[in-house]
Amino acid sequence: MNEAGYFLEHIGWIPLFPLASAALMLLLGRRLPKAAVSVACVGSVFVSFVYAAGAVLQLGARPAEERVFQKILFEWIPAIPYHGAAPGLSQFSADWGMLLDPLSSVMILVVTGVGFLIHVYSIGYMGHEGGYYRFFGYMNLFMFSMLTLVLGNNLLLLFVGWEGVGLCSYLLIGFFFLKKSASDAGKKAFVVNRVGDAGFLLGIFLASTVLGTIRFTDHGLEGAAKFSGMIDVLRSGAFHSGEAVLTAMAILFFIGATGKSAQIPLYTWLPDAMEGPTPVSALIHAATMVTAGVYMVTRMNALYQLAPEAMLTVAVIGGLTAFYAATMGLVQNDIKRVLAYSTISQLGYMFLALGVGAFTAGIFHLMTHAFFKALLFLGSGSVIHALSGEQDMRRMGGLWSKIPTTAWTFMAATLAIAGIPPLAGFFSKDEILWRTFAGGESGIYKVLYLVGLVTAGMTAFYMFRLVNLTFFGKSRVEHEVEHHIHESPSSMTVPLMILAFLSVVGGWIGLPHLSLFERWLEPVVAPVQAAAGAAEAGWSMVEAGMMLISVLVALGGIWLAYNIYLEREGLADQLAARWKGLYELVFHKYYMDEVYDSLFVNRTKDLATALGDFDRGVVDGLGVDGSATATRLTSRLSMWWDRWIVDGLVNLSGAIVRFASYPVRMVQTGLVQSYALVILFGVLLLLVVYLGWPAVSYVRTLLHSA
Amino acid sequence: MIPTSHYLVVSLLLFTTGVIGVLTRRNVIIVLMSIELILNAVNINLVAFSQHLASLDGQIFAIFVITDAAAEAAVGLGIIIAFFRNRQTLLADEMDLLRW
Amino acid sequence: MVQDLLSRLGMQLPKEFALILPQVQLGIFALGILLTDFLLDRKSRWWNAVLALAGVGFSGKALWNLRNLEDVSAYHSSIVVDPFAVFFGFLFLISAALVILLSVRYLEIEDEHHGEFYALLLLATIGMMFLATGSDLITLFLGLETMALSFYVLTGFLRHRKASNEGALKYVLLGAFSSGILAYGFSLMYGIGGSTNLARIAQAYAERSPGDPLVLISLVTVSAGVFFKIAAVPFHMWAPDVYEGAPTSITASISVASKAASFALLLRIFCTAFWPIRPNWEMVVAGVAVASMTIGNFGAITQSNLKRLLAYSSIGHVGYMLLGLVAGTPDGFKGIAFYLLVYVFMNTGAFAIVILLRREGVIGEDIEDLNGLISRRPVAAILLLIFMLSLAGIPPTAGFIGKYFIFLSLIETGHYVLAVFAALYIAPALYYYFRVVVHAWMREPGGAARPTISVAQGVALAACTLFILVAGLLPDRFINFAGTTLQSQFLQMILR
Repeated sequence: MNEAGYFLEHIGWIPLFPLASAALMLLLGRRLPKAAVSVACVGSVFVSFVYAAGAVLQLGARPAEERVFQKILFEWIPAIPYHGAAPGLSQFSADWGMLLDPLSSVMILVVTGVGFLIHVYSIGYMGHEGGYYRFFGYMNLFMFSMLTLVLGNNLLLLFVGWEGVGLCSYLLIGFFFLKKSASDAGKKAFVVNRVGDAGFLLGIFLASTVLGTIRFTDHGLEGAAKFSGMIDVLRSGAFHSGEAVLTAMAILFFIGATGKSAQIPLYTWLPDAMEGPTPVSALIHAATMVTAGVYMVTRMNALYQLAPEAMLTVAVIGGLTAFYAATMGLVQNDIKRVLAYSTISQLGYMFLALGVGAFTAGIFHLMTHAFFKALLFLGSGSVIHALSGEQDMRRMGGLWSKIPTTAWTFMAATLAIAGIPPLAGFFSKDEILWRTFAGGESGIYKVLYLVGLVTAGMTAFYMFRLVNLTFFGKSRVEHEVEHHIHESPSSMTVPLMILAFLSVVGGWIGLPHLSLFERWLEPVVAPVQAAAGAAEAGWSMVEAGMMLISVLVALGGIWLAYNIYLEREGLADQLAARWKGLYELVFHKYYMDEVYDSLFVNRTKDLATALGDFDRGVVDGLGVDGSATATRLTSRLSMWWDRWIVDGLVNLSGAIVRFASYPVRMVQTGLVQSYALVILFGVLLLLVVYLGWPAVSYVRTLLHSA
Repeated sequence: MIPTSHYLVVSLLLFTTGVIGVLTRRNVIIVLMSIELILNAVNINLVAFSQHLASLDGQIFAIFVITDAAAEAAVGLGIIIAFFRNRQTLLADEMDLLRW
Repeated sequence: MVQDLLSRLGMQLPKEFALILPQVQLGIFALGILLTDFLLDRKSRWWNAVLALAGVGFSGKALWNLRNLEDVSAYHSSIVVDPFAVFFGFLFLISAALVILLSVRYLEIEDEHHGEFYALLLLATIGMMFLATGSDLITLFLGLETMALSFYVLTGFLRHRKASNEGALKYVLLGAFSSGILAYGFSLMYGIGGSTNLARIAQAYAERSPGDPLVLISLVTVSAGVFFKIAAVPFHMWAPDVYEGAPTSITASISVASKAASFALLLRIFCTAFWPIRPNWEMVVAGVAVASMTIGNFGAITQSNLKRLLAYSSIGHVGYMLLGLVAGTPDGFKGIAFYLLVYVFMNTGAFAIVILLRREGVIGEDIEDLNGLISRRPVAAILLLIFMLSLAGIPPTAGFIGKYFIFLSLIETGHYVLAVFAALYIAPALYYYFRVVVHAWMREPGGAARPTISVAQGVALAACTLFILVAGLLPDRFINFAGTTLQSQFLQMILR
């Protein structure tokens, strides 16, 4: 084993910097001046970033097959021998150990890098808010938990981080706790996530029973027993592909992931989580925490590769979520909510990628998404900041020239997420679509591809709708707010610019021919079994065609958004505006509408009804307006479904829990004799059961013998 | 000689009487007395078994149970007095400050 | 100490005396406190606490000397000193020390600072230690009653508070009732076994047919009595009322030490006499455990009184611990022991925060009284968070590791349904523990004053926190400590 460098040796320090500063803030923060709070909190994250970057560089300097570094800080839960499902005596143990491999190095760079930028941004954004030190204390605590999550070398330590980020998310969503909606949202996030956690916990127990270990891998550990890591056990060939117990385990883990990463059916908490301050939305609910599920599934990719049914489930759920959330994004008027649905949709993309076995593509999209989605949130925060807290896009517009830096950085991110080459989002999204298409023989992959393609179009549509309503057109800003519009301070705009740069160039490391990213991750996601006839990842005409199609679809979405939102606004305006060249198409469209009107309305009624409806359906369906109406209709429907059915279920389960509490309390009458009666009742119950049990088993033996 | 099972039946009757007393009497002092009945049922059992098994353990146990009953009564009455001073009542069903 | 003194006086004691020396030490100090209390004026009553702590210390020293013994029975096999007894003895002494530290300031505020309080606490601890060492029905019964009688009085210690009176009266009536039922069961066990010795009773039970009605009735009555003491559903009704009425430090003691002692009793009986008829009670205990988790976790959700909330939560915890008995494997028993050890610290810590809220003129038991604790007393709020995380069983706190062992033992024995139940109940548990945290962290403080922390309270809180974190991060040593209980002969017999 070659010598580990300084940064690798001190890898355990990376999470400790934010932890120390969080402890300082929560204990003494109230007495510290603001400047000291900023320096300590932002500085600690920066130091973490430096240590993370150093460690990754030192890891990268090694030959590809040795790029696994594990360091056990101390033995946490000592080896406990027990009889599990695996043959022989299993040793259950867990260390407090750090694992740095290509996968976790991507994660720590994203977490500390983007996290640092968001911390810088928060200095400006939270400057006027009360509880400054508390905010930064929670943020740093979050960084600690997230780094523990991605660096942990076993499932249990990952779970520590998993719960920790949940706690911080909860505290930060409810940061403006005087607002009832904020504390309600925090509660909702908490409850929904617990459902996922229960699944995850059961998965851990199942893993420890079946595989006999919960450490990820024994690579990079000197003197570790062979097969003391789950991945090594899975790769050893001891299990066959498609074994039911593996599928069950994979599904349980995925249930955990659906909670944290807001997938169907546990996604409802994320839009509400936007009640938190905007940097929180950017850091936790876009760039890092919500991707924990993606990370976890990728970490366990050896398991998923052996459980094809689970893989397919992941792909289908991911595809559905991507589509479903995108339709909802179409009609939102709150700028942050659009982004929230967009996040859910993009997470769906990532799971789609994982589900078709394109783990690299999923992580690649995770990274680029972290750049542009963080930027979008921070940009929207800057807009909200400029408009003194306004979040409704109907009261925005025409901000392009007033807050130029925010505007062009936002535009860069929008182009990136829409999938316009050569920005970051294009490469990752295209990779996912292509791998989905080539995912397998079954027709379901083609369907998923189509779903993904349509979603890409919708993504472009709603993002440009957002941009158009916010930055272009005529200002609909309220009068007294209008005077105060100002560009944000440089502590906010500089992070925007850096993220914009990353959103533009971040995808280039994954250029189809170079595939730097893919080669970097290769050791982690190598196929478990020799892949027979796996899709050749090289360049082909088909792939080029696909690329062209996805670009065209994105452009189509943009064109649609441009039509509907800029043009119609012009029309609603003075007549004079109509004649400007820019609004030509609007006029044309209106003309078309009049044609339709005259065609349908002027028909005689006896001919009209049946035929007319048919025509309206077909012609509208082909027309711009019709397709827009159709999408809007579906999204209305899904919103309705979301509000009344899914939310209703969540609220109902909360109500049931509370409701179940009352009978328990009502029995507690305070009367000592009713208590004695319950005791007597208990005695009689025990008597019945004790006497009844042998009788039951007696009858059972009779039945068996018969 | 009276068979042991007869003692057990008497003891069971006494036990049941005590339980019914605990459940139905409103005055807490009578409830306390009913509990003494239960302990007496225990004593009858112990002595009967002691006789049956020709072992002294049961009788020793019985003496301890009697002692315990005395201590329980002393503590119980002390608490009842404190309760009565504050609340001016001895009825079990008026004891409902703590509930839900 | 006592032995030195007596040997200097030329008195010879039987060697067996060393085995009950911990209890005797406590007894001497208890009596000493009753005497010195007369000499102390109001201001210097805290000397009582010092004396009581000294008694705990001496007793601990005596117990320490017994730590390497393996199964020594004495006094005609009425007591047995084994690692099990030593482990539980330490548990009781730790709990007693913490409660003494937390009580001084509290009793001053309540204006009920009397020496009897400490004396009774030590006497209760004697009872518990006899419960853990007893191998004979008479010893067990006497230990139980010594403990229970002391707690009846302690619950009603705040003579001028109606809630305290009422709690005490309910406790004494229901407690005596359940003791009666338990004693009835004991008498039947004696009749079946022909002896009061547990080992001999076990032999007799093994020979009897499991469907024998006498066996079953003894099983029913004894388990009812024991379940009452540990506050398992459906024998839990007394717990919320008594917890709310009792002085808060005593609530901590009842919920922790008394529960641990009753678990010692439960294990002693179920793992010896009742082990041969295990198929009879295994599913019943599982049912009681699930019912306890259900009632405890659901009942706590809507409580607004912190002590009641913790009472329901402790009912839920009993459910988890009982699952260890259902599994009945080394990991299960180790899990129960470790869970109880952790529980001593985390629950006492949680009650310690409630004690901090008690001030002149402020009862401080309502969840609203916690509001804005983070800005009033950040340390207390952070400690509260740690205790709540641990109670909820979130890693890396010690509470998680306790739960983990229980899960492990359940999975090991194939009780998957129970494991799923246990895992699912973490969700409502988190909900109400976090309600507490929310009030402390995310509500406006209102006009409430800053809680102050006395030195003694600070020591107790520091000990609790330190233990939870250290045992959560480096549980090795503590797991081994809990594992020593397995070397006891009565557990070795059944685990073989």
